[in-house]
Order: sequence, then C-alpha cells, then structure tokens
Amino acid sequence: MKIRPVPFLVLLAASGLLNGCANVQPWERGNLADPAMDGGRDPLGSMMSEHMWFSREAASGGRGVGGGGCGCN
Amino acid sequence: MIISFNKNHKAKLVTVAAVQFLTAVLATAAPLKEGDPFPDLKQFGLEGHIPDIQGKVVLVDFFASWCHPCQESFPVMEALYKKYSDQGLVIVAINVDKNQADMDDFLKSHPADFVILRDAGNKLVSQVKIPTMPSSFLLDRTGKISAFHRGFKGEETRKEYTQEIEALLK
Repeated sequence: MKIRPVPFLVLLAASGLLNGCANVQPWERGNLADPAMDGGRDPLGSMMSEHMWFSREAASGGRGVGGGGCGCN
Repeated sequence: MIISFNKNHKAKLVTVAAVQFLTAVLATAAPLKEGDPFPDLKQFGLEGHIPDIQGKVVLVDFFASWCHPCQESFPVMEALYKKYSDQGLVIVAINVDKNQADMDDFLKSHPADFVILRDAGNKLVSQVKIPTMPSSFLLDRTGKISAFHRGFKGEETRKEYTQEIEALLK
C-alpha cells in the first residue's frame, strides 16, 4: 500500500493537535492536591486490602505515591 | 483493512513519534536559567504592590496554598527577610492559587512581612514555567538569575538560601 504525502501530513498534524493528552502544569495542580483526590482515604481499609493481596496473590506495592498528587518537590 | 508495514511505513511512524516527543519536550522545557534576566514583574498584571527591586538582591518564590512544602518555606523566608532586609534583600512571594480566599487563609496561618503578589491569571508563572511547586529564583543586584531552587527541602534549602544571599549581599 502506498502512502500519499498530503494525507500523511494531515494525519501527522492531526496526531499532534487532536490527541487527548494535556500536561497539567505544576502550578495547576490545586485540584489534584486536594485530599479528596487521594484514593486511600481509609487507612485501615487500605491496610486490609494490601494484606489480602499480599497474602493471597503475593502482590504488594504499586499503589502510587503518597499524597494527593500535587507533585510538590 | 490490513496494512503491511514496510520500511517506508516504519520511517513515517518514527517521524510521527519523533514530532510528538519533540512537542512534549518543548512544552515542558523551562526557558529560564542562571544568568538570564528575570522578567519584569510589572508586565504581568500581578495583584498587589510591586516593590522597587532596582539594585536589590531579590528572592522570587512561587507558592500555593495547597502545596505543603510551601507551608514549610514561609517561616524560613520570613526569618531570612528579617535578618537581611536591612542589607538590601527583597523577598517577593507570588501566589498561583485559583481563588484568592485560599491564599488569604494560607497567609492567616503563615503570616509574612515580605511582599506577597498574586498571579491570578497565571501569566507570569506560565512564562517562567517552573518545574515544580514551590520554585524560587534568587536574583542578583542587576536582576539576573543567580540561583534557582526547585522545591523546598527544609534545612538543606535554608542553608543554600543563606549562603547564596550572603554572597550576593557582600
């Protein structure tokens, strides 16, 4: 199959401009830093789940970083 | 439709990936570096009284109420201001909160005698493109960036601030 240059360039431009990616800048992370955005707001519940996964599935960790995600420091 | 990938397709896909990568890199690159002049604060519609910083050593700090290291940095900056303001140190803390009420609450619990400005439209911070919160620039007496601090790391940053400020005030 031959690729024609014009549609290819349109596709190239579209892939750059129309993708759904957005960088949240460090100074725009007020909402992400809100405690409500923290997935583990029930420490006991999180600990129980973690224990269960560790015991039954030999899996632990991979639950992201602490905090709400403000990316500070 | 099944597309068979020959070398031509592969090269074009690599081009697409490279363009996207470069776009991402350019979008995140911090344009300011040590030795560059810091932008004129009067050009960005900042709220608050912009001080005269001509011939002064200036610490420009970007902060937000939701940023925990910023809360730690305020008492340190206040102490530095009290110690060195007589010798020509100006501290300008620029708030980037969406709501002014959040900034006001923050300042009630973290009172400061140094200058507080508000970048309500995020115009200055968008130009400076700080990589993290908080970030601070130390400017020499000619307005050029002498040091950049990414984040606030407690005692380590306090020591660096002190050394750098004392060197610039000499």
